[in-house]
Amino acid sequence: MKNEIDIQIKVPNQTRYLSLIGRIGEDLAHQLQDFKGDRENLANQLNVVLTEAMVNAIRHANAGDPDKQVDIRITISDNELLLQVFDQGQGFDLNSIQDPGFDEEELLETGGRGIFIIRALMDSVLYRRIPGGNVLEMRKRL
Amino acid sequence: MNIKREEQGNVVLLQVKEERLDAHNADELKQELANLFEAGRNGVVVDLKEVRFIDSSGLGALVSGFKNASARQAELKLSGVQSQVKSMFELTRLHRVFDIYSTMDDALASF
Repeated sequence: MKNEIDIQIKVPNQTRYLSLIGRIGEDLAHQLQDFKGDRENLANQLNVVLTEAMVNAIRHANAGDPDKQVDIRITISDNELLLQVFDQGQGFDLNSIQDPGFDEEELLETGGRGIFIIRALMDSVLYRRIPGGNVLEMRKRL
Repeated sequence: MNIKREEQGNVVLLQVKEERLDAHNADELKQELANLFEAGRNGVVVDLKEVRFIDSSGLGALVSGFKNASARQAELKLSGVQSQVKSMFELTRLHRVFDIYSTMDDALASF
């Protein structure tokens, strides 16, 4: 337990806070004890995943309502990183979101890459209903 | 969003002077590109030398600009793509879509 980190942050449902949350992810990657992998790569991945998950909560789950809130919890144990992003909205069906295709026409879609990016960079992604909203849970082995 | 705009002959150079191109500011770049192509510009270079982070919305803004250009027989080219940004282009396979140059001078010279 001595190396466990548990950070909880609440921010308004606004995109102006994306850089703050992304930067916390980056800083964590730089501070991790005993991490043997590529820190710069992990830092960018956490920045990207936290940004995408937060945008998803702001725009899709909380429907852009600036009075709502996004709660983020980052838990790191010896061998696993868990990112949880809580929204207060109606939610969506994660399983219905298909990965974008890569043929010429599909590559020119202007949206629909957020969940794909999260899935590509994390080991497991789950979205479930909880009292008062939903949580997007993303795990990565360290 | 801080974008420096310069005319280089018939080509417009947009230097994105932001560390992040994300859901908070990407719509401004998307709009700027749309305005340029709608005004009849046929060559635009977006220089990303100062951008060290891009998310799916930033990528989407560039794709939107690319489509806008293609629909008008114009061209959108990129330069100065940094390593973390490049990794996002590769993850989403968008490096296959864009003409990417090391420097803005190389991109400008390609027109």
